[in-house]
Amino acid sequence: MKVTLDWLKQHIDTDASLETIVETLTRIGLEVEGVENPGAKLAAFRVAKVLSAAPHPQADKLQVLSVDAGDGPLQVVCGAPNARAGLVGVFGSPGATVPSNGMVLKVAAIRGVESNGMMCSTRELELGEDHDGIIELPADAPIGMAYPDYAGLNDPVIEINVLPNRPDCMGVRGIALDLVAAGLGTAKPLAYAPVEGTGAGPDVRTDDAEGCPAFYAQSVTGLTNGTAPEWMRRRLTAIGQRSISTLVDITNYVMFDLGRPLHVYDRAKLSGGLVARKAVAGEQVLALNGKTYTLAETMTVIADAGRVHDIGGIMGGEDSGVTPETTDVVIECAYFDPDGIARTGQALLLTSDARARFERGVDPAFLEQGLAIATRLVLDLCGGTASLPTHAGTPPTTRKRIAYDPARAETLGGLAVAPERQRAILTALGFAVEADWTVLPPPARRDVDGPADLVEEVIRIVGIDSVPATPLPRAAGVAKPTATPAQRLESRVRRAAAARGLNETITWSFLSESQAEAIGGGTWTLANPISEELKVMRPSLLPGLLSAAERNLKRGAGGVRLFELGRRYLSDGERPTLSVVLAGEARPRGWQNGKASLFTAFDAKAEALALLAAAGAPVDNLQVMGDAGDAWHPGQSGTLRLGPKTVLAAFGMVHPLTTRAFDVDGPVAAVELYLDAIPPKRASSFARAAYAPPALQAVRRDFAFLVPDSVSGDALVRAARGADKAAIVAARVFDVFTGTGVEPGHKSIAIEVTLQPGEKSFTEADLKAVADKVVAAAAKLGASLRG
Amino acid sequence: MTDLDPMKTDLLAAIAAAATLEALDGIRVQALGKQGSITALLKTLGGMSPDERLVQGPRIQGVREAVTTAIAARKAALDRADLDARLARETLDMTLPADAAPQGSVHPVSQVLDEMAEIFADLGFAVATGPEIEDQWHNFTALNMPESHPARAMHDTFYLRAGEGEEAKVLRTHTSPVQIRTMMGQEPPIRIIAPGRVYRSDWDATHTPMFHQIEGLVIDKGITLGHLKWTLETFLKAFFERDDIVLRLRPSYFPFTEPSAEVDVGWTMEKGRRVLGGSEGWMELLGSGMVHPKVIAACGLDPNEWQGFAFGVGVDRLAMLKYGMDDLRPFFEGDARWLKHYGFSALDVPTLSQGVGA
Repeated sequence: MKVTLDWLKQHIDTDASLETIVETLTRIGLEVEGVENPGAKLAAFRVAKVLSAAPHPQADKLQVLSVDAGDGPLQVVCGAPNARAGLVGVFGSPGATVPSNGMVLKVAAIRGVESNGMMCSTRELELGEDHDGIIELPADAPIGMAYPDYAGLNDPVIEINVLPNRPDCMGVRGIALDLVAAGLGTAKPLAYAPVEGTGAGPDVRTDDAEGCPAFYAQSVTGLTNGTAPEWMRRRLTAIGQRSISTLVDITNYVMFDLGRPLHVYDRAKLSGGLVARKAVAGEQVLALNGKTYTLAETMTVIADAGRVHDIGGIMGGEDSGVTPETTDVVIECAYFDPDGIARTGQALLLTSDARARFERGVDPAFLEQGLAIATRLVLDLCGGTASLPTHAGTPPTTRKRIAYDPARAETLGGLAVAPERQRAILTALGFAVEADWTVLPPPARRDVDGPADLVEEVIRIVGIDSVPATPLPRAAGVAKPTATPAQRLESRVRRAAAARGLNETITWSFLSESQAEAIGGGTWTLANPISEELKVMRPSLLPGLLSAAERNLKRGAGGVRLFELGRRYLSDGERPTLSVVLAGEARPRGWQNGKASLFTAFDAKAEALALLAAAGAPVDNLQVMGDAGDAWHPGQSGTLRLGPKTVLAAFGMVHPLTTRAFDVDGPVAAVELYLDAIPPKRASSFARAAYAPPALQAVRRDFAFLVPDSVSGDALVRAARGADKAAIVAARVFDVFTGTGVEPGHKSIAIEVTLQPGEKSFTEADLKAVADKVVAAAAKLGASLRG
Repeated sequence: MTDLDPMKTDLLAAIAAAATLEALDGIRVQALGKQGSITALLKTLGGMSPDERLVQGPRIQGVREAVTTAIAARKAALDRADLDARLARETLDMTLPADAAPQGSVHPVSQVLDEMAEIFADLGFAVATGPEIEDQWHNFTALNMPESHPARAMHDTFYLRAGEGEEAKVLRTHTSPVQIRTMMGQEPPIRIIAPGRVYRSDWDATHTPMFHQIEGLVIDKGITLGHLKWTLETFLKAFFERDDIVLRLRPSYFPFTEPSAEVDVGWTMEKGRRVLGGSEGWMELLGSGMVHPKVIAACGLDPNEWQGFAFGVGVDRLAMLKYGMDDLRPFFEGDARWLKHYGFSALDVPTLSQGVGA
């Protein structure tokens, strides 16, 4: 909402400076977003008279003028066709900057004749579009006066962010009254000469008491719809409104001045009376913005016998709009239900200044006066004869009664304010305060409905910034830990991943449909995405990471190690997940190791296990199984499970079709850690289980087995470990070999088994017995000891 | 009787002159071997009279001692020279690069969230979370934004597709629904912060359709706007590690708080950059207020018994202000160069003793 200083002062009598006014507005909750003086850029331009005009000796279209801008005659070369002796216009002297093009004027020879400045057009001064000639001012304009002073352009425009809870400040007067309550001056009365209407009022009624509880109207006949007076046009222009015609300008002026939207119908274009009613579903109206809207039966409209003429409270219809030829009008001043206006506006995606006001709630007690003021202006500016007003329906003027305790200013607002001061503030804001502190908000303050609102009113006027800071009570002792197990887990895996050389990234929660399809599709799709690229909630973190990897590789990154900790959005909930993508070079080429190496599935496995270990998962008990999913390489991926069903992680190489879908060249290794599947560490005391390192040294024995291809290394190791649970404490694969000497369909797996003696050392016989058990256990898998 | 002195002199000279271990060993054999000259002399001791042996014995032993010691010393010297030579051959160009370990990093948003959790833990606030795909009741209605509320339309809400007859879910437009879930899920007193992703359909230089917010909520008896102001001041002083943080409260409007306040923070110019602290100018930082009685009631609590404050602040914005990024968009682009530059070491764990800034 924009206001000008001069306009404000029409409603408030104050000596306060612009600076004080601006500071006060912000302090009381009417945040000033900017102050601009439209005259500032024209300060160097003056009213000047052309004393004489003679042809330019070198150019047909130019004239040589003698101009008096208050300091005696100056020679000026001018090309305007209307330049002539006696014309009073606007002169820019050397040093002035032309607003339209930023040119700094200087003394210069034009086609050989010296010119000491410029006579300006409307467009050059950004005062309008006219560029057919130089500005022509009335002959009595004072020569030498600064043009902005003459034209009244030195009226600062203040732009205020009026919050949705302040319907009363959607007009200049409401803002002025808030300043008055803040102690900046006194309110000027809203003065207007009453209208002596004659004859029956217009035929209007409301059949929609819910959507339009009150419909007041008055007609004026025999008027002339010309151009609004200078003062009105100047104010409207200053706040960014285009002047259209006297009637339209009057409705706009009353709306911005008093927060009271109106509508004026050309009576000649109406058939019969006007009625406020619900629209018939499918009914159409061509609105003043040139667009046709199809209405629903929930929407309130104003219609005559034939058609809809107004989307009630939002926008008028083109068909009955006023024109320069209009002579008879019906002026509408109605009350529309705020919720209904909001719903209709949202459904039609139609915003307007009227909607912004009705939606917040206009003053329901200001219909009669608002209509009278509008009619008065029409009579004064357009002539004609007014009818009596018609008052159909009743606006909801019942005032709320709030039981208030002035102690609340301190117990809720934190600021002690004397009750009498509070009473004065509330009264100044138009609230009625009864002796028992029952408070009645003014009808215009629809937003106020409880004691907390009254506290806000008091505090904002006293100054919310003067509320003293009060320490929160503190629990005794050192602050207790607050993180939940899930939060601790997230924090640990995040920092473990960073410690392992991975870069944490944050990617969009939403994907394009094709990206989602590439990993099996998502459950949740936005109905109103901001772009097709950000449409489906991600079912996996891989797409975002693959896209990021692709961008990094395209930029020339050698190796990319990214991870993200975020949610997957599945049909049954949002799952915390940590995903890793390893793309490009695992190690660059180097003088020690030669060629660059690429990431393998075992790089992914190493990350998965390390991060699970950091998360506190029992990594030694995990089983490596398949079924990582279609996004993964079918032969080089796996899942890490705790028991057959609980999948803690998937890891391996990403399927080439998946990487291709994200435009990534070369193999990509990846991990997905399903954080919510990781069992929480059991709460226990800080003390660890008792432990003493064994006194005797462990013994290692190697076995090479020939096994069918179908037997996994893990199966063989588990068999070996299980062969003698007392003696064997570890087993691991240290070699896998196929080829010469190994029969087809088989492979050779070498394992190292660690035996830990207890009280006494193993004898040769002990070792032989354990070895036999290992061989026997392996034999059950079809493994035979290689000779 | 052989004169021992010239022999000793010769042997010691030969030992000193031995250039290799082989030559040295030859001398050893020559002197101390089975047929060696000193060995031969020792053998003569058996044929001597006791008196003569008493005289000759120590002399011969003396020579043997001297030669043995000389050989050992010479051997050590030759060994050392060999080692030195080998090491000299092993010389490498120590300016060659070592294998570089990849440099991991923590995202600034995560770091800042950890910092905030640390500070607020000291003030007794726990961290709460809630869903990002939220129902309209939690995101709007319970927060005193009924269906036709203009503020609801101002939220630039993303709606999810819904089945026939189902109400569309939304991507939460703020972290405030976590307030509702917390108040409904636990008994007061409550002190929480709720960080997370939020979504608005807005995209320009300073807005991204996804960003991070952190919500604060205190519900207790006798909580006032003064506590809110102290909490924010205390937090910001700790977060920016500056004692000259100045706040300015301005009346504002949020449907879910009453009274509501916009909080500006004072800044000063330091080296051409706006930093928080002092009061050369003001920047809008966060929205806050006393939780609206209707919101408390919507959560099943008695607003006459319980009251409190809430605030919400952009996490990305705080990160930018503290660590000097001036563009929001790279936060979500995953550019490894940016992540390494603006990211944090795994070891930069914010703690009160070591500081919450890194």
